[in-house]
Amino acid sequence: MSGPLVSHDYVEVRDLTVDFDGFKAIQGVDVTFLPGRLHFLIGPNGAGKTTLVDALTGLSRGTGSAEFRRKDLLGMKAHEIVHLGVGRTFQTASVFEKSSVLQNLDIAAGMHRKALGLLLPRRTVPERVEQVLETIGLAALAHRPAGILAHGQKQWLEIGMLLVQDARVMFLDETVAGMSADEREGTGELLRRIAGERTIVVIEHDMDFMRSYADFVTVMHAGKVLAEGTVSEIQAEPRVQEVYLGTVAEVGSNG
Amino acid sequence: MSITTSDAPEVHGAEPAAPEAALSPKRSFRSDLVRTYGPLLGIGVLALLLLVWAPGSLSPFRLGNLGKYCCWALAAVGIGLAWGRGGMLVMGQGVFFGLGGYAMAMHMKLEAAGPGKVPDFMQLYGNGTMPSWWEPFRSGPFTLFAIIALPAVVSFVLGYAILKRRVKGAYFAILTQALAVAFSTLLIATIKQTGGFNGLNTFTKFFGQNLYDPAVKKNIYMIAAGLLIVCLVIVWQLYRSRYGELLVATRDAEERIRFLGYDPANIKLAAFVVAAIMASIGGAMFVPIAGIISPSNVDATASIMLIAGVALGGRASLLGPAVGAIVVGYGQTTLSEQFPTQWIYFQGGLFIVVLLFLPFGITSLLPKLKELASRRRITGESAA
Repeated sequence: MSGPLVSHDYVEVRDLTVDFDGFKAIQGVDVTFLPGRLHFLIGPNGAGKTTLVDALTGLSRGTGSAEFRRKDLLGMKAHEIVHLGVGRTFQTASVFEKSSVLQNLDIAAGMHRKALGLLLPRRTVPERVEQVLETIGLAALAHRPAGILAHGQKQWLEIGMLLVQDARVMFLDETVAGMSADEREGTGELLRRIAGERTIVVIEHDMDFMRSYADFVTVMHAGKVLAEGTVSEIQAEPRVQEVYLGTVAEVGSNG
Repeated sequence: MSITTSDAPEVHGAEPAAPEAALSPKRSFRSDLVRTYGPLLGIGVLALLLLVWAPGSLSPFRLGNLGKYCCWALAAVGIGLAWGRGGMLVMGQGVFFGLGGYAMAMHMKLEAAGPGKVPDFMQLYGNGTMPSWWEPFRSGPFTLFAIIALPAVVSFVLGYAILKRRVKGAYFAILTQALAVAFSTLLIATIKQTGGFNGLNTFTKFFGQNLYDPAVKKNIYMIAAGLLIVCLVIVWQLYRSRYGELLVATRDAEERIRFLGYDPANIKLAAFVVAAIMASIGGAMFVPIAGIISPSNVDATASIMLIAGVALGGRASLLGPAVGAIVVGYGQTTLSEQFPTQWIYFQGGLFIVVLLFLPFGITSLLPKLKELASRRRITGESAA
């Protein structure tokens, strides 16, 4: 999957609407996720951030269009979207608890394996898996069951699983929620390192984290895009301050 | 979550993590060897017991009984794969046991009737004409083919319909259980074609061999026990393969598997089909050993008996299901000799007790015992 950067390696969402039996969780959203930058998606609870990601990864049905590599993600099944190079994590870390860290990564790396090859045991650690173990800092824990990992480590493992798949687009849903300050910093640095030519979209509540690492921010509110821009641009935006009331105003005065 | 974050290697910074990072991911060669081939040793011991010790020491009657348990164990090995590793509580394996059993019984019935003749019960209950779908079972090779192909096709179609609709958990269990009920009801209702409630019995020959010859009986036992060992080796290979890892991962977090680009239905379907084929082989070997196959061998109760053995032995372990099925089979024989009508309550009670107190079966006691022993050793050392 690791091809050169082609001009279609970005996600272009146009007029996306997700309708849950008459309730429009998302309405007419236009947003473009470009590679090479940490794109943060923020907004109060119920703004539609996770719903947006759900629609782009095949978990919910949406109308409109979401083009990536000349294909519309909206009509595709979840596993087809993954094969196209779009991966995601979930708010609650969901790794395979009984399987080892290595097995977790190996399973993720196996997406393109032929069915018959699956009948053989893994003899060596694939090079890509080895690299990713180093990148996410879990090499020492490779043979431990993923269930014993600390919360932050599970989130890194999930990111690692997207890395071994060489996902070109990663949607990370509240990755740093519940992490310690050190873990947050570690996560931020990890995301910086892997961003490269990838498209990384981070859904976040944590304003400090956003301020430290965001290259670009999209603010959502009540199912619509409220504002877009760099951190300082959106902090200066009165409508954003209004939605966030104290929160952003405080961040603004600090920053 | 026993590990605190301070133990974790820091993710940021490019400095290579201390020496332990270089050492600990490589487990010792010996422990790898034990992990990989230890189970094979277990299969070897079981093979010695079943193929060498038993034929030399047991009376023909007891050996025949053990043969029956081996047939149930064949189905149980498949259940271990589908339920223990795949998370599908297959409550209707009697259906597949029956497909193989009836295929074999039809062939043996036609063999007993002789070339061009019609099975006796068709003259008794019907007008003496044989349904056309019986005809191919005159051929031995066709019958052997059908014993594999029939359950494979049926389980594929059923499994595809059930698993693609993402039916799981209790709904899956109830659905498969209902299939077993429907299958046995269908058999009972079609007395003219399948022998109905009485099933198919009074065979004389097994692929040309005289069924009353003790040497032939012993050979049939050896085939059944040998097939059990072969299936255990197949399952051992599946468990250590990447497919086995994938199946366990699907059992534990199906949605995650979907978002890693796999279709979990396909992964589970493969295990379901393999389990069905193993049950069918068990059913097919059951017929020449028991001398009968009837709806009571394939109905919901029979299916639950298979499950009870697997639960007792330990559904996710390699040998647990087979050993559990043999133990439950033995228990059924001995207890039902003394309490013919109460056996079924013993069986139900056993199932409940095991699932309540030993959800991973007797084999799950082994690691616990080991742990206990090593703990005692450690406390002993520290005391000394």
